[in-house]
Amino acid sequence: MGLREYVIRRLLLLIPIMFGVVILIFAILQLVPVGERVSIYLTGPKDIKPEVIQGYIRMYGLDQPVWVQFYQWLRQVLQGNFGYSEYFQEQVLTGLLARAPATIEIVIYAAPIIVLVGIWLGVNAAAQRDKPLDHASRILSILGTSMPSFFFGVVLSAIFIAQLKWVSSGRLSYQMEGLVPNMINIGKWHQYTGLLTIDSLLNGRIDYFIDALEHLILPVTVLVFIQTATLVRVTRSSMLEALSKTYIIAATAKGLSRKEVIYKHARRNALIPVVTISGLVIGGMMTGLVITETIFRFPGIGNWAAIAAQHFDMPIVVAYAMFSAVVFVLANLIVDVLYAYIDPRIRLG
Amino acid sequence: MSSKGKLENFKKRMQPTIKETKFVLKRIRDSPLSIAGIMIVLYNLIIALFAPVLAPPKLYDAYLIPRDPSLGYTYIPNPPSLGHLFGTTSLQVDLYYGCIWGTRFAFKLGVEVIAVTLLIGLVLGMLAGYYGGLIGELIMRFTDVILAFPGLILAMAFVAALSRVPGWTTINAVMLSIILIGWPGYTRLVRGEVLRVKTEDYVEAAKASGASDARVMLRHILPNSIYSVIIVASLDFGGIVLTAAALSFLGLGSPPGYADWGRLIYDAIPFAATGTQYWWTYTFPGIFIVLFVLGWNLLGDALRDVLDPLYRRK
Repeated sequence: MGLREYVIRRLLLLIPIMFGVVILIFAILQLVPVGERVSIYLTGPKDIKPEVIQGYIRMYGLDQPVWVQFYQWLRQVLQGNFGYSEYFQEQVLTGLLARAPATIEIVIYAAPIIVLVGIWLGVNAAAQRDKPLDHASRILSILGTSMPSFFFGVVLSAIFIAQLKWVSSGRLSYQMEGLVPNMINIGKWHQYTGLLTIDSLLNGRIDYFIDALEHLILPVTVLVFIQTATLVRVTRSSMLEALSKTYIIAATAKGLSRKEVIYKHARRNALIPVVTISGLVIGGMMTGLVITETIFRFPGIGNWAAIAAQHFDMPIVVAYAMFSAVVFVLANLIVDVLYAYIDPRIRLG
Repeated sequence: MSSKGKLENFKKRMQPTIKETKFVLKRIRDSPLSIAGIMIVLYNLIIALFAPVLAPPKLYDAYLIPRDPSLGYTYIPNPPSLGHLFGTTSLQVDLYYGCIWGTRFAFKLGVEVIAVTLLIGLVLGMLAGYYGGLIGELIMRFTDVILAFPGLILAMAFVAALSRVPGWTTINAVMLSIILIGWPGYTRLVRGEVLRVKTEDYVEAAKASGASDARVMLRHILPNSIYSVIIVASLDFGGIVLTAAALSFLGLGSPPGYADWGRLIYDAIPFAATGTQYWWTYTFPGIFIVLFVLGWNLLGDALRDVLDPLYRRK
């Protein structure tokens, strides 16, 4: 089986899973009483009137059998209508798109650090087994998996935000944050990407760049600390396994230096299983974002979903769950394809 | 056969098991981290068992934390003192009581969730592994769907929906949601074990001698596949308590004044926003969570090293 056939087969397998995801979400929605469930069909504040709501109940068949409701709901979702959030007073899709850049900004800083630190520490800990670095990495990874991200984050925010006042919570300092809409109005600030650290540079505002970067330090630290732990553990044990293989003995016997054996022979093979775990790290990151953004009041989609859940704002909660399932499944698909690409045994076997 | 002969026979049969147990115990003794893990878990267990002695309950529900009326009903926390070892949080809720009974709550939640999850996993995993076919395929695809979500996010959606259903307390909603995201892992594990055991000669022999499906599953397959599953389940404690605490921290778990570490930290967020002056409100519950999860993680690492055939003899 070639790589292309493998990818196509994996894509086809996605269809039943996504269908299952949609059914599960719909089943969860069935728990909510009809009067509240109707909000996932509303399109704006003008709709919040008894007669309009009654109209929607009739229009989408909420008084009809389940399969009719499911069909109507699925049609709405496929058209991109995830409903109207009463709490945030906005369309769910609009809200999601407006907050996505903040989250993406955390991710693009956190992800490379997680991967680089995790792999470096894991490889070197295994190479220096039972030496100080190995012990340090074990303590760090055990602490990282045992320390709840919310506790770590609350302590950091109490010390650095509230006590020392190094940074404020949110994406920018209050004064700077307030000025951005004005600058957009008078045309001095163009929103190229929505990512503040990039937009500020494109607009030539170094002060904003530094401020945005400072506000990213704490959330990124929490994400990195918690997520790196898993990666270090997997890399270390995978590396230990690779180091015990006979080709390592053969390479050493040939007279290669220890460095060459570790980085050229062992690491390459050890990283193959590490690729598969990165899918899990992405899932963990989405969970971590909900908590991290909530602590630092970072206005991304994780914080948005958490606030919505606290106020039982089902349209957002449901849309966020579906969104994260799609991201998670796609990420795992990419990981699997990468895996098959690096290791031909997967697609040929 | 005489009773003595039976005993000898039994001893002989148990020889590999005894040898194995001795080996496992020796490996655990040799590693300081495993000892630390066991000590921490035991320490938590003792606190949970003796919670009524360490902090005598005063209200109708022992998991509700008593307040101290002598300090007045103010929101401002009071620092640790002799009367309140860990201080009080908002509305003079006693943190010492909350942390002690929080340990008991963590065990209660963990045991109940694991028991149900394990049962579901065993039944569905055995069905999927033993019969395979359409039932197996359906069950496995269902696990795929649940695993397509990041766990906490699915749990969050489920709790938010279930809390709106009349007759459901938020705590029950949290437990059910953790079961919902937990069973696919066990089902897959059990299925894998059943597939492995199914091809053994003794299963073939039992089938050939006319044993019913139920008998083959319960007498031959279950006892031979359950051990690794039980070990995984017992190590899940840390993760389950962490998930429940995270939900509480998001404001989706226990009601206010409940002896739940996550809830106590959630209540402390406004105090953390004023700096470190009310440090006790989040530090003590946090330390209890970290110790609890740390104990189980250390124990888990130790057992994995010992039981995993890939690493054990090195």
